[in-house]
Amino acid sequence: MSEFTLRLRRYNPESGAPAYWEEHTVELEPHRSVLEAILQAKAQFDGSIGIRCSCRAAICGSCGVRINGRPDLACHTHLDAAQRHSRDGVIEVEPMGNMPIIKDLIVDMEAVHWKKIQRVTPWLIAKQPVPEREYIVPRETMIDVTQSMACIQCGACVSDCLSMEVDPEFIGPAALAKAYRFVGDPRDDQHFERLSDLAEDPHGIYDCTHCFQCIDACPKGVAPMSQIMRLRRLAGSDHKIVDANNGERHEAAFVSLVRQYGLLNEAELLPRSYAGNSPLAKFKPSAQKELVSSLPAIAKALLRRKVTPAAVLKPHKLERSDLQAVKRIYDTIEGRDERVELNLYISGYDEDAEGAATPPAAAATGAGQTSAEPGQPGQTPGGSPTR
Amino acid sequence: MPAHDVLIIGAGLAGQRAALAAAEAQSSVAIMSKVHPVRSHSVAAAGGINAAIAIDDDWTEHAYDTVKGSDFLGDQDAIEIMCSEAPKEAMHLEHIGVTFHRNDNGELDLRAFGGASKKRTAYVADITGQAILHVLYEQLMRFHDTVDRYEEWFATSLILDDDGNCAGAVARDIRTGTMEIFRAKSVILASGGNGQCYKPTTNALICTGDGMAQAYEIGAPLMDMEMVQYHPTTLAENGFLITEGARGEGAHLLNSEGRRFMEDYAPNKMELASRDVVSRAEQTEINEGRGVGPDGQGIYLDITVVPRKRVLESLREIVNIGRDFAGTDITREPIMIRPGQHYIMGGVKTDSDGQTPIPGLYAAGEVACVSVHGGNRLGANSLLDTLIFGRRSGEHAARRATTMAMPSVPASRLRADVDQIASIIGRDHGGRRISEIKDELGALMNEYVAVYRDEAGLTGALETVRRLQEEAASAYIDDRGTVFNQDVLGAIELRYMLTCAETTVVAAIERKESRGAQFRTDYPERDDAQWLKHINITRGADGAPQISDSPVTITQWQPEERKY
Repeated sequence: MSEFTLRLRRYNPESGAPAYWEEHTVELEPHRSVLEAILQAKAQFDGSIGIRCSCRAAICGSCGVRINGRPDLACHTHLDAAQRHSRDGVIEVEPMGNMPIIKDLIVDMEAVHWKKIQRVTPWLIAKQPVPEREYIVPRETMIDVTQSMACIQCGACVSDCLSMEVDPEFIGPAALAKAYRFVGDPRDDQHFERLSDLAEDPHGIYDCTHCFQCIDACPKGVAPMSQIMRLRRLAGSDHKIVDANNGERHEAAFVSLVRQYGLLNEAELLPRSYAGNSPLAKFKPSAQKELVSSLPAIAKALLRRKVTPAAVLKPHKLERSDLQAVKRIYDTIEGRDERVELNLYISGYDEDAEGAATPPAAAATGAGQTSAEPGQPGQTPGGSPTR
Repeated sequence: MPAHDVLIIGAGLAGQRAALAAAEAQSSVAIMSKVHPVRSHSVAAAGGINAAIAIDDDWTEHAYDTVKGSDFLGDQDAIEIMCSEAPKEAMHLEHIGVTFHRNDNGELDLRAFGGASKKRTAYVADITGQAILHVLYEQLMRFHDTVDRYEEWFATSLILDDDGNCAGAVARDIRTGTMEIFRAKSVILASGGNGQCYKPTTNALICTGDGMAQAYEIGAPLMDMEMVQYHPTTLAENGFLITEGARGEGAHLLNSEGRRFMEDYAPNKMELASRDVVSRAEQTEINEGRGVGPDGQGIYLDITVVPRKRVLESLREIVNIGRDFAGTDITREPIMIRPGQHYIMGGVKTDSDGQTPIPGLYAAGEVACVSVHGGNRLGANSLLDTLIFGRRSGEHAARRATTMAMPSVPASRLRADVDQIASIIGRDHGGRRISEIKDELGALMNEYVAVYRDEAGLTGALETVRRLQEEAASAYIDDRGTVFNQDVLGAIELRYMLTCAETTVVAAIERKESRGAQFRTDYPERDDAQWLKHINITRGADGAPQISDSPVTITQWQPEERKY
């Protein structure tokens, strides 16, 4: 048994007082969860501490909170790890972000999370005719969508989505991962329509900025950003959906610029995105019009020195051998018959990693600082029995 | 006050399936739950759902396995309904979008499960309950115009009208503290089991037997309450569930000698005998000194014999649970487990349309006892039970609604429930804390009303439960607010748990034989001549439990000796 001190963010809307911090010290074994510590404080000291919880085993998705500033399930975070990652030895627990607070650690999921889920037409639109028995579909497709099916709707990814902070209308990581579950489902009749809808929405798939926060936050390895990127590849590369948000063209320009220069040529990025992704396309009248509309963005980029006049005239370019290496990466990836999609259920995060220290998709396992970590002390059997 | 044809309390699989069925039959429907529907405990069901859909399978084989699994206490007419309707229900789930795993031909894949003579368990990795629950909720979102959802509303009591019909319920909006009367032509209880009476348990914190106690309080009989299932593979330390799917995929159980001891108890089915048999075998090994772990209280579950790739794609959740909650990589080393409280076969007595003896009151899922599980439920039959009898309840309640007018309920009916909550909040801080009483109850039940039972232990347990009931009546709480006052609800839940525990102990004392999950060391044999019958417990006028019995329905399978 060890002592752990919790610093809980308390807020009671009936009191008229602002939110405040309150500390409680409990005694528990180090591998017990932060939720158990909160429940102990609630049982022993103050029954009015508000937190949603039910299963205690990271399945029901109720206890999403921020621990030491990072989102996770309280039941999925070991006390020793949380203490190690705290600022001052006190484990700080506060409600999730991006959602209004109802009381203490309880947020209004309905107002944000579920509203966004509802936005993506979250039900199967069955392909007709519906067969008498099951649809016959490739084995891998169902394992593939299991990764997004594994989402428990805890809201951890929504809590710390940076794009949503800037654009509260962004459909967001959880709902877009949910969308992939239908787009990737061969039984769904609206594969193309769904992709087109999500690409054309100004708050849709192209609103994500690749910050990886949601992958880090997810306690279930759903990797929402990976699902968003898969939606983009399907919409852009496979279905050539050229959206009004310039998402597909921006991505295409980005990819071809890196192939050409080995690095991003910022000055060419916007012009190339417009009207055709070639060095001359920017002189087309339609591109001129779009360029003019982008003048504020260009001005900002200049002001912040993201683009400098010198770089426009003389774009940075890699050494020849490095550039060749970059091109080889392109050739290898584009030369494949089929795209390789990382999927936890298919690959396993540390598959064939006999003793390998770094799993290839460590990010996808939710290896956030507060997550339960492999090799934690716990009920480890004392030596394998003989077989 | 809201009024609906059908009011459903509880939004797990049974409740949501009932809501969708009633809505499809053109009823006005409300579904109410004390948690958001996807937080319901159905989410934790891991392994799969049984249905005889394979070409070489037949529902009668499924039915026979279920009857045998129940130790012949299941009602065979209801079992026949469940098993014969299973394939259609499984295909319905497939058609609305459940992502069942496929075999190499693209057809539904089936895995082996305990007590089953064939592979007949359809699954989504080891998150089958979650997958089905979330897909049903997708359907509720789809039909949001026709089904009113009351999420995070806590039902405080059922309403009985002057003629003895159930006419609705009183409930509290947890978020605002508002109390409201919900009128309904029919009420379907679908609020799950009461595993929190035990500690440890695989059950979520919300499984406090609310529906059983509420029905009991208005006079409905509870049946087979002595039949409490201990799951053979729960984490030794905290009782978390390791799915039976692990053994279905081929995992072994080993004692301290490293031996597959199940060969001594069930030489044919080995680890895949029915749960009561496996749990008893484990407990015997532990009691006789062949347990593992520091205190010898565990058994090893060895999943390393299953190919690693297969574990990663089909048992991913228990890989996570092993890593996060036991510090064990189950793909590389055995994990320590033990039998742990998991499910209650008993519940509110219903017929095969979910009707209780109280007109207008239905029950479905774990809260109910149809009885399809009898003395012991087979793995992967509970999801099936919730869906089949959830749907049948919804359909029947919808038909009933067309034959009657909306019952009237006086607004003054609210008073009793409002006062009850006010009195709990107003209790002075003299008594015990709710949490203390709850812990004592859990430990008590897990010691004396567990895998092995006897008269002395049970009688002592009953005395303690009665003492705890008195203490609970004055136990105090801290939260005096109205917004999300979980404290006051906890006090009500404690009362429900104690009611359930009392009926379980009374029934366990009454049944003087060993059958299914009830093993009496003082009556170690099954005794069909005396005890091939259901025990029913009803609340007497003085509040004390009244015991009666009812016959077991036998259609085509006469009781026989049970061997695996």
